[in-house]
Amino acid sequence: MTQPFFRQKDEMLSERPPPASTVGIIGWLRSNLFSNWINTSLTLLSLYILWMAVPSLIEWAFIKAQLSGDDRFACSEDGACWAWLDQRIGQFLYGLYPAKETWRINIAFVLLFPALAPWLIDNIPGKKWLRWYSIFYPFIAAWLLVGGWFGIIEGVTTNNLGGFALNLTVGLAGIVLSLPIGIMLALGRQSRLPLIRWFSVIFIETVRGVPLITLLFVSNILLPIFLPPDVALDAVIRVIIMVSAFASAYMAEVIRGGLQAIPKGQYEAASAMGLGYWQSMRLIILPQALKISIPGIVNTFIGLFKDTTLVIVIGLFDILGIANAMVSNPDWLGLSSETYVFVSLFFFAVCFSMSRYSMRLERKLDTDKR
Amino acid sequence: MAKVGPHNSRVPLEIGRLMTDERSRAVILQLLVLLGVLLFFAFIVSNTIANLQRVGLASGFGFLSDAAFFDINQRLIEYTSQSSFGRALIVGLLNTILVSALGIIAATLLGFIGGVLRLSDNWIVSRLVTAWVEFTRNVPLLLQIIFWWAILTSLPKVRDSISIGGVAFLNNRGLRTPAPLFETGMEWVVAALFVAIVASVVLVRWARKRQEKTGKTFPSALATFCLIIGTPLIVYFLAGQPVNWDLPVRTRFNFRGGFNITPELIALWFALSTYTAAFISEIVRSGIQSVSRGQTEAASALGLSKNQTMRLVIIPQALRVIIPPLTSQFLNLTKNSSLAIAIGYQDLVSIGGTILNQSGQALEVVGIWMAVYLSLSLATSAFMNWYNKRIALVER
Repeated sequence: MTQPFFRQKDEMLSERPPPASTVGIIGWLRSNLFSNWINTSLTLLSLYILWMAVPSLIEWAFIKAQLSGDDRFACSEDGACWAWLDQRIGQFLYGLYPAKETWRINIAFVLLFPALAPWLIDNIPGKKWLRWYSIFYPFIAAWLLVGGWFGIIEGVTTNNLGGFALNLTVGLAGIVLSLPIGIMLALGRQSRLPLIRWFSVIFIETVRGVPLITLLFVSNILLPIFLPPDVALDAVIRVIIMVSAFASAYMAEVIRGGLQAIPKGQYEAASAMGLGYWQSMRLIILPQALKISIPGIVNTFIGLFKDTTLVIVIGLFDILGIANAMVSNPDWLGLSSETYVFVSLFFFAVCFSMSRYSMRLERKLDTDKR
Repeated sequence: MAKVGPHNSRVPLEIGRLMTDERSRAVILQLLVLLGVLLFFAFIVSNTIANLQRVGLASGFGFLSDAAFFDINQRLIEYTSQSSFGRALIVGLLNTILVSALGIIAATLLGFIGGVLRLSDNWIVSRLVTAWVEFTRNVPLLLQIIFWWAILTSLPKVRDSISIGGVAFLNNRGLRTPAPLFETGMEWVVAALFVAIVASVVLVRWARKRQEKTGKTFPSALATFCLIIGTPLIVYFLAGQPVNWDLPVRTRFNFRGGFNITPELIALWFALSTYTAAFISEIVRSGIQSVSRGQTEAASALGLSKNQTMRLVIIPQALRVIIPPLTSQFLNLTKNSSLAIAIGYQDLVSIGGTILNQSGQALEVVGIWMAVYLSLSLATSAFMNWYNKRIALVER
């Protein structure tokens, strides 16, 4: 008898480690970056772009940058010139608001956070009181910014309001106004009453069909023609009206999408429960429709906030207007890269955090897919 | 759509129940709204008439035939400062259409590439594209337009132009490129192109029919490509190369010959297309992701290659999700081109603004703006609705 060429084993063999080329860093690299020749060349191209861009950008913005000086001649050619920050940061934030009154803008800004908190954070103590507070906040903020109503603080004309404070003011006012108007327009467009439906459709489609710039021109040039001669609306108020009207038409379409996604059974169930139109909208339909529309609503907010820069075409000085003025100022001529990069960071910070917040909210509210 | 509340249509109307009966309440409510709107418009119209009389402005579109007395350096049709306001507006409209069309083409291309790259397995590429999309989307377009314009106008002066291969020159007055001069024989090339397009349409139809009948495939993509590129090229050489290039020649102060693209057009076009491309790439990404995984698996179970799966299964389904928001991006781009006014690209709004300042005819100019943009919007959405209907899901 010869030895059999196989041998029976009673216990399981221990697992062998997977090949070194499929695990660990090498495996990750192979499957993610170098899986085929297209991927490999894309990887190499990206690495080349990063290698070209990142070190020189860091060198330009930080290492070789000039941080202090009185004018552009203090700066060297090869680094960024941040010397203007020291002199001009106030203008970028507050515009031409009187320097000794800027504390009022700061306080209004700080008071904004408790007003936002009950809407953004779920488990916050005293939510009910904070909600009441946030309803009054716009009036408090308006009083702080413009002043002069009760004689405690002196009045500042809104023409002096500028810089990022103006963007925030117009943006927040637009957001606060456009949501309820948008909801009403969306409901109007779905209404059974033909006149109300037509008016809503005409308003929504007209506003969505034209650029915001033409609406701002209307507010600037045509409103004085449309109104009696003795009525003069403040420029900032006019801009807020137009921006809100513009955003609410987009908002209405976003919310209409949400309304259409609600199954008919929900409407029927609501009326079977004996709820009237407004009750069923408030308690059954809108909570669901708004939940579905959150991404679109936040996108509209982001768009609205970016659109606040358009006020420069009608002569207001928001942060972009201040930047333009500085770039053409002889002392700081030719610093366009620095200035515009600086300004874009403000918008990026606000808009990016809004979009991240909406993504988080979307995941949290996505209850039926869990 | 929302049918809420009982339909008690049998109950006779009584005066005391006017506000509780649904039908009468609906009528009353609508009458009130109508009254409100009418009063609002009456208020505006009466104020307008009074204000116009006070200023002494005549309304009407007669001013359109008055001479404009201002120059437009970016123009597609003949225009001098002696031309009329009406012609100036047409020049502006054409400029709007020019930059919108260029922007839509570039944004669509960039956006599709970006959307596909974001979905790539390649970690570094998808991260890089994501960073670009997030940054571009979250910074105001106006800021980007002004930024690119500032960069382009701070390029070297004409004297120190940056030469691109010795045929095109980049300086602070824009990009000077060679201009094509068409000679006799060119009409044959154009005709050949048309013939090739018609031929390829016929070819594709034949190939599809043959495949339906016999199951044999035909490489129609490759064949169409060869036809459309090859035929005009052959005719071009047969006709003795009827295109001459007018190369820009450097003179003492400027360039002679060639074609100058203004920095305003380049900046506007670049900013519009990258900004919109960021949005389009998000739309494309979510469109492709909306096609369920089972579709890919089913396709590979049927034995389709990765390429075929993409072309025959994924893309047709993704397009249905992509088209509607893509339409609104195209419309947004067209409307956003009005930001041109900030850098002095002479589009419809910018020229309208000049006319408005010169003639004082505010109502009319704003009316023209709104009418033009509304009809552009309606035309685009009508076309895209037609296209959408063509590719929409045919349900049993």
